Amino acid sequence: MKKIITIAAVLTIMAGALGGCGTNGSPAGEDVKSEKAKSSQTVATDGSTSMEKVIGFLSEAYMEEHGDIKVTYNPTGSSSGIQAAAEGRCDIGLASRDLKEEETADLQGTVVAIDGIGIIVNPDNPTEDLTIEQIGKIYSGEITNWKEVGGSDAPIVCIGREAASGTRDGFEEVTGTKDKCKYSQELTSTGDVVQTVSGNPNAIGYASVASAGDTVKMISVEGVRPTTDTIQDGEYKVQRNFVLVTKKDTALSRAAQEFFDFATSEQADSLIKEAGAVPVKR
Amino acid sequence: MEKAMNLLFLVCGLLTILFVILITVFLVISGIPAIRNIGLGDFLFGKTWASTSARPSYGILPFILTSVYGTLGAVLIGVPIGLLCAIFLAKMSPKKVGSVVRNVVDLLAGIPSVVYGLVGMIIIVPCVREIFHLPDGANLFSAILVLAVMILPSVISVSETAIKAVPKEYEEASLALGATKTETIFKVVVPAAKSGIVTAVVLGIGRAVGEAMAVMMVAGNVANMPELFGSVRFLTTAVASEMSYSSGLQRQALFSIALVLFLFIMAINLILNVMIKKGEQND
Repeated sequence: MKKIITIAAVLTIMAGALGGCGTNGSPAGEDVKSEKAKSSQTVATDGSTSMEKVIGFLSEAYMEEHGDIKVTYNPTGSSSGIQAAAEGRCDIGLASRDLKEEETADLQGTVVAIDGIGIIVNPDNPTEDLTIEQIGKIYSGEITNWKEVGGSDAPIVCIGREAASGTRDGFEEVTGTKDKCKYSQELTSTGDVVQTVSGNPNAIGYASVASAGDTVKMISVEGVRPTTDTIQDGEYKVQRNFVLVTKKDTALSRAAQEFFDFATSEQADSLIKEAGAVPVKR
Repeated sequence: MEKAMNLLFLVCGLLTILFVILITVFLVISGIPAIRNIGLGDFLFGKTWASTSARPSYGILPFILTSVYGTLGAVLIGVPIGLLCAIFLAKMSPKKVGSVVRNVVDLLAGIPSVVYGLVGMIIIVPCVREIFHLPDGANLFSAILVLAVMILPSVISVSETAIKAVPKEYEEASLALGATKTETIFKVVVPAAKSGIVTAVVLGIGRAVGEAMAVMMVAGNVANMPELFGSVRFLTTAVASEMSYSSGLQRQALFSIALVLFLFIMAINLILNVMIKKGEQND
């Protein structure tokens, strides 16, 4: 009899656990997040991994001024961030791409900063400048040798990011190579791309201007070097927006609204610059 | 008190089962919808994976074949080295050298896979590029090399145990009949330890199939049909590299890939269990 009771007790516990998790199916972390989002003293941001630096600088400065408010950042990727904002799992979603049409139905995107995407090659590569057309042809496999674009006689190795990376999305959009890229490597982080390009004399890659570092050579595009000015006025063509995503029909909590206003104010410009991105032209 | 402890033990025991059931149920539930949506045939035997394209296609044959070829390659390179090393450790090595080698093997087992990947990325990939005069060294071959090293520890330690378990009399009888030491090892000891060695190989296969991080860093990760010197994507890396950004059907399809991978591992475990049972019967 005792045994039966014991087994029954265990089964009940198991059933409870199964019932609780089976229907949910989302990682436990998300529950914690949504709880955080509800508390007005926490501003939960969620999304683009490329925006880590920008959001880090902004939130740090903001929290220094407002000791009672905590800004959290969950690096999940642009699409996840947009989704999280739509589902109310965070206060502000972060996307390193403009919102798609179907997403603008109930979401509002506000450009907080601009990110230049640098075209990087190995330091040993003599190439200094490419046109967007040339870059597009290189990545779609029409141009396969560096000598066709004025370099040395060597095969071109195209390094890119994984599908659905914000940087890749931005790059392919600008160069018109969507779904046409013939990559030699698809890597999952900017650091990997930089590392690979710095290790292969024939490689070409793309990375945020801010995080390219000096182990690789950033070339100019259509004769324009990526600088703050050229990115801001759109002269440097390979760039994308960093977007704060909010819900259209729901008002932000007081703390979130204040942080939002701070991030989009002129005050934030120097911080955004420090973080390696380019502030919006006012 | 006694009864309470009993209950606690029981709960802990059942908890493990619960985890396995949970993972299985979760994978099946989340993996089936995409397969239904895409169609089992198109999913398993489709040759193109373009999950984010305007007209997405979700064929995972490239991943399956890459995982199979990659694992086979790793076994082809890793098992002979591991087996000979195990023979050395069990039969040939002087005590001191043996203990050093054994410690090093244990160390090899403890190295995190991201470190293997890093070393592969910085050393093996450029070397493969130079040696074979390729434009790029991140390919199936590099991944096989890294995997071969990664399966060494399990192959070595399990086959060493198996070889050591062979009764001394077998060996002595063979030597007494005039066979040389090499003949004895290859014709008597190794065949006698066969089932243990096969277990070691299967364990190695399991490790190679399930490895994600290290191969992600050296294989190039482009969803091509596998070529020895082409950039490839494994089942594991297919899930890992897209999961963080995925949404909708793409995400569901990733769960389906995980389900396929899970079935692979289940099959390998099943084979392993049969092997071990067989080994026990032989003893």
